[in-house]
Amino acid sequence: MKRGSLNKYYLRKISLKAEEIFFRATMLFSSCIIIFILLLIIYSILQKGLPSLSIDMLTQTPKGGFYFGKEGGILNAIIGSIYLSLGATSLAFIIGLPVALFMNIWLSHKKKLVNSFRFILDLLWGIPSIVYGAFGFTVMIYFGIKASLIGGIVVVSLFILPIMIRAIDEGLKSSSVGLIEASYSLGSTKTETAFKVMMKQCLPCIITAVLLSFGRSIGDAASVLFTTGFTDHIPTSLTQPTATLPLSIFFQLSSPIPEVKSRAYAAALVLTVIILIISLSSRLFTIKYKKNRINF
Amino acid sequence: METLSVSKKVIPITNYQIPKKIQIENLNLKIGKKHILKDISVSVPKNKITVILGPSGCGKTTLLKSMNRLTDMYPDMEVTGKICIDDEDILHSGTDVTNIRKRMGLLSQRPYPLPMSIYKNIAYGLKISGRRKKRFLEKRIRHYLIQASLWDEVKDRLREPASSLSIGQQQRLCLARGLAVDPDIILADEPTSALDPISSQEIEKKFLELKNGYTIVMVTHVLRQAARIADYVIFMYLGEVIEQGPAYEFFNNPKTEITRAYLRGSIN
Ligand SMILES: Nc1ncnc2c1ncn2[C@@H]1O[C@H](COP(=O)(O)OP(=O)(O)OP(=O)(O)O)[C@@H](O)[C@H]1O
Ligand SMILES: [Mg+2]
Repeated sequence: MKRGSLNKYYLRKISLKAEEIFFRATMLFSSCIIIFILLLIIYSILQKGLPSLSIDMLTQTPKGGFYFGKEGGILNAIIGSIYLSLGATSLAFIIGLPVALFMNIWLSHKKKLVNSFRFILDLLWGIPSIVYGAFGFTVMIYFGIKASLIGGIVVVSLFILPIMIRAIDEGLKSSSVGLIEASYSLGSTKTETAFKVMMKQCLPCIITAVLLSFGRSIGDAASVLFTTGFTDHIPTSLTQPTATLPLSIFFQLSSPIPEVKSRAYAAALVLTVIILIISLSSRLFTIKYKKNRINF
Repeated sequence: METLSVSKKVIPITNYQIPKKIQIENLNLKIGKKHILKDISVSVPKNKITVILGPSGCGKTTLLKSMNRLTDMYPDMEVTGKICIDDEDILHSGTDVTNIRKRMGLLSQRPYPLPMSIYKNIAYGLKISGRRKKRFLEKRIRHYLIQASLWDEVKDRLREPASSLSIGQQQRLCLARGLAVDPDIILADEPTSALDPISSQEIEKKFLELKNGYTIVMVTHVLRQAARIADYVIFMYLGEVIEQGPAYEFFNNPKTEITRAYLRGSIN
């Protein structure tokens, strides 16, 4: 009897050990795959793009015959992408922040309503960006608006709005009602609670939300394809069509000429570096602004 | 049977007639069908420490929150009755709720400092009341930090985030912050339950000092603490007030069987 239970004990111990080894191995394996793929992508972009990366590439707009291998650069697309993403992110932020605060402070007692709204936003998050592009395009045709920077900004901001709201919302949701009560009990109004207390508490989250949205908007090609158009010039007004990096990559990559193809990789390298800078600065900002946050 | 050492404060009979700060009459609070506070009628004497006792879930926090109108946060709470502070019914008054709340400082079970520096935590209350002059702010902040006996510990680090303080210091910061809105009532919901014994004692000591200028209402689970500092006790059970009266009488001469059982520690 005793021996049997002892055996069982050891069996259990061994199986637990095996389980742990198994899961640890799986995790290690998956992590390695991800890191490997990431390195592979960066390597291939670097290898194919670095040779064509030049000062001209970064400081010139496309000259005649650029897409056939002649001179010029992608400055139009770099500037265009930055204009577009800055515009779209600001617009989405101006709309998204009050919505997220409203959901969590004014509607804090209507859990069901807020949760169904969250569900809808999550659905919107999942919709492919080409659908936003097509939708925006239809609307623009209806109103007779041509492909332009402002059209792109509006469509892209619609596309990143769910991301923006939900990312800020997650931060607000996880802060305790105790903090809201503390603020109320000092005699603050809801608006003061929202903008002076909760916004400060969620500053790291808000920065992450902004940079996440910026990253999404600068990297997306499908939503700008019909709405922003493409041009060789740097736009000087909101109503002009605007080039973007993803589309620039797309057009150059579809060319049969090897020089142009390798320029596409150089453009991809530029885009990757921009996104990398954004991610890193998001980390830094988050660390910097975390210090005031009250941990629950 | 556990004997509680109540300091033999001789409560003069006139204590029954001391001025009332808060007077609650027939307060009922329901959430849907759940009747949480049942016909509460209590009075809180001015410039005394009133302790609310009772087993978990009996509605102590809810009673405290309704005094502060924090119950407004839950529109499905149906509150009826009267809560008079200085003879003004705050449940149905035309006064802005923010002004009502400014008359009370609230300490919660665990401290919730605001997500900003120590300095700004206290400046916050002053600023939303419209006081913005830097000289004035600095003077007041020093005053309230001294009052909460936190000044010596933080005077060199006022610009550091409040989250860098220890829990006990945070609770004293919350006290200072509450005092800064210039209330005359302090509501405290188990203010020492997250604190170590030393920090708890400091808060108790602070309360004993502050009661000359403030009316203090405190919820606690610790009978010994109640015995140490209470002047007046309100005992609740399942949403009802079972007994209220001067602390000395409550502890030494409980009137109901439920109270006796609670004091023996056989309810909880
Ligand atoms: N927002 C709410 N919605 C529904 N029920 C609530 C709400 N707040 C409190 N209650 C209920 O009201 C009753 C009293 O709660 P309360 O928090 O006042 O008790 P308490 O005496 O403070 O208990 P404790 O000593 O554990 O803090 C409990 O049964 C609780 O479930
Ligand atoms: Mg409670």
